[in-house]
Amino acid sequence: MNPLLRVRHLTVHHPSRDRRRPPRPVVDRVSFDIAAGETLALIGPSGAGKSTTADAVLMLRRPDGGQVLFEGRDLAALDGSALRATRPALQPVFQDPYGSLSPRLRVRDAIAEPLRVQGRWNPDTGPARVGELLETVGLDPRLGGRRPHELSGGQCQRVGIARALASEPRLLVLDEPVSGLDPSVRAGILNLLTGLQERLKLGYLFICHDLAVVRHFAHRVATLRDGRIVSTLPARELYSTGPHPASAGERAAGRPSPPSWSNPAGPEGGTPRRRIG
Amino acid sequence: MTGRSSLLSVRDLSVAFPGGRRRPASKPVGGLSFDLHGGRTLALAGESGAGKSLTARALVGMAPPGARVTGSVRFHGEELLTAGRKAYARLWGRRISLIPQDALSVLSPVHPVGDQLAAAARSVRRLGRREAHAAAVAALGRVGIADAARRARAYPHEFSGGMRQRAVIAMATINAPDLVVADEPTTALDPETQDRVLDLLGSLCENTGTALILISHDLPAIRRHADRVLVLYAGRTVESGPVGTVLSRPRAPYTAGLLASLPSDEPVTDRRLPTIGGAPPSPEELVTLTGCAFAPRCPLADARCHTHTPEPVVAGPGGHRVTCHHHDDLPATARELFQEGSPA
Repeated sequence: MNPLLRVRHLTVHHPSRDRRRPPRPVVDRVSFDIAAGETLALIGPSGAGKSTTADAVLMLRRPDGGQVLFEGRDLAALDGSALRATRPALQPVFQDPYGSLSPRLRVRDAIAEPLRVQGRWNPDTGPARVGELLETVGLDPRLGGRRPHELSGGQCQRVGIARALASEPRLLVLDEPVSGLDPSVRAGILNLLTGLQERLKLGYLFICHDLAVVRHFAHRVATLRDGRIVSTLPARELYSTGPHPASAGERAAGRPSPPSWSNPAGPEGGTPRRRIG
Repeated sequence: MTGRSSLLSVRDLSVAFPGGRRRPASKPVGGLSFDLHGGRTLALAGESGAGKSLTARALVGMAPPGARVTGSVRFHGEELLTAGRKAYARLWGRRISLIPQDALSVLSPVHPVGDQLAAAARSVRRLGRREAHAAAVAALGRVGIADAARRARAYPHEFSGGMRQRAVIAMATINAPDLVVADEPTTALDPETQDRVLDLLGSLCENTGTALILISHDLPAIRRHADRVLVLYAGRTVESGPVGTVLSRPRAPYTAGLLASLPSDEPVTDRRLPTIGGAPPSPEELVTLTGCAFAPRCPLADARCHTHTPEPVVAGPGGHRVTCHHHDDLPATARELFQEGSPA
């Protein structure tokens, strides 16, 4: 069976300042698959190329090499109109819930906007559909009249998810969707995403820095370093295979426990399970 | 803990905003009490809107205009709340520093980082240009910026996020203050860098005997970097004590719920995480609050919780205190209490 998304040798260059030099690859021959109903997490240090990979999968930035096969079709080879027809099936959810919503649009208009842009807005059934989407993400449909500044961070992120769902996607690209949220609110958003995935068989490309969250939420984990995938593991093996390749050797001496490797709620106080670095 | 030996002694600190024509009265912080000794780290934990930042600002005399700050804040035995702005101005930068959330907002984009640090040093000490510059370079070196002499001439935009945060820490500690209040000092950084920056801040404070108030919603980070923790809910203390005790054997349902919502180290059997249903009360609702502020969201709440405000009681060794009628009723498997939480 073909996976939902098959990325092969994806390469993205940054133009170098000096024109005589060859451009530097930020994403270097990256390959991975995501099946329907599966979450692949991309982890790695800042600047490893995680977000650039996500942008290239969404065709927000044209790759300089390789293929992005979505349901068997290479998005990198599609022209403008064919790509536009495919785009609704791949939707992004961004990190900053306030920043990714227009402060001037009411929630219901923000959710309806993708449908309007795609020419699929039906004035008779549309409003009911927006209400339905709000309920799907666990929000009271009466919030539709609010603007982003009247909502909490968690509520804004739910609106961002509802907006992504409006296009009936098969793949969501989640670029740090829970960073900066309070623990309990974060748990609520992760539960929502888990439920949606089970119900709608969505594929997730999930970028996150917090290894505890990754281990809990993802099925498989690919580690990027300097634009290349250095390992792909089942998420449950995340702790048992030694140090995070991205953090090894970078840790200051002294307190040994890095953020995501410790046991935050365990019975024995702050003792780390494994020393790193 | 006696008040006399503490560096900072806070009693019944409250922040209220009197109502106006266009704004209802609110009381976002109510009745905080704690002591802090030199070289120790106290964490203020809680979710967004719990009043953490406002508490920090009230403590250092930078409460927003219109705020009514009451109670007592004694610093080295001297009452600060009634002493007025001049008393605070004498302390700022010299004895007390604040590290705000956004490091970029502290640094001026148009001056080299080293010059800004030198200015901070000269604002307090009588130093010549060269001496101040040397102090700035030394401070940058202490926070682990390699090649500090050269980097001191760089502008903030030439620094990475982690380096900028280090520079701000260098600035806050350049005059070896007695108290540093760090308000979510690392939220903008990735967890790897976060941990290193907090390590650094902790060791700097330990070395100079500086007391640190660390404000954060990140419980794992608090566990690693603080000595004691004060868990705030709706501006009220829910639970306080040594981090090991409070975060391993919480006695308040709110603390237990926060901990339960963290992904655990156990094998993942259920991908759904426990959550605390509902939302915290607004600061306006707190003006007329009766009973426990957490009661509407609490799985253990009964009639008493809605009518009688709980008083803090001693819950364990090391000054572990909890403010909850049901502090003896929390089951060992508190996780399950929050398993079917409705979305926040």
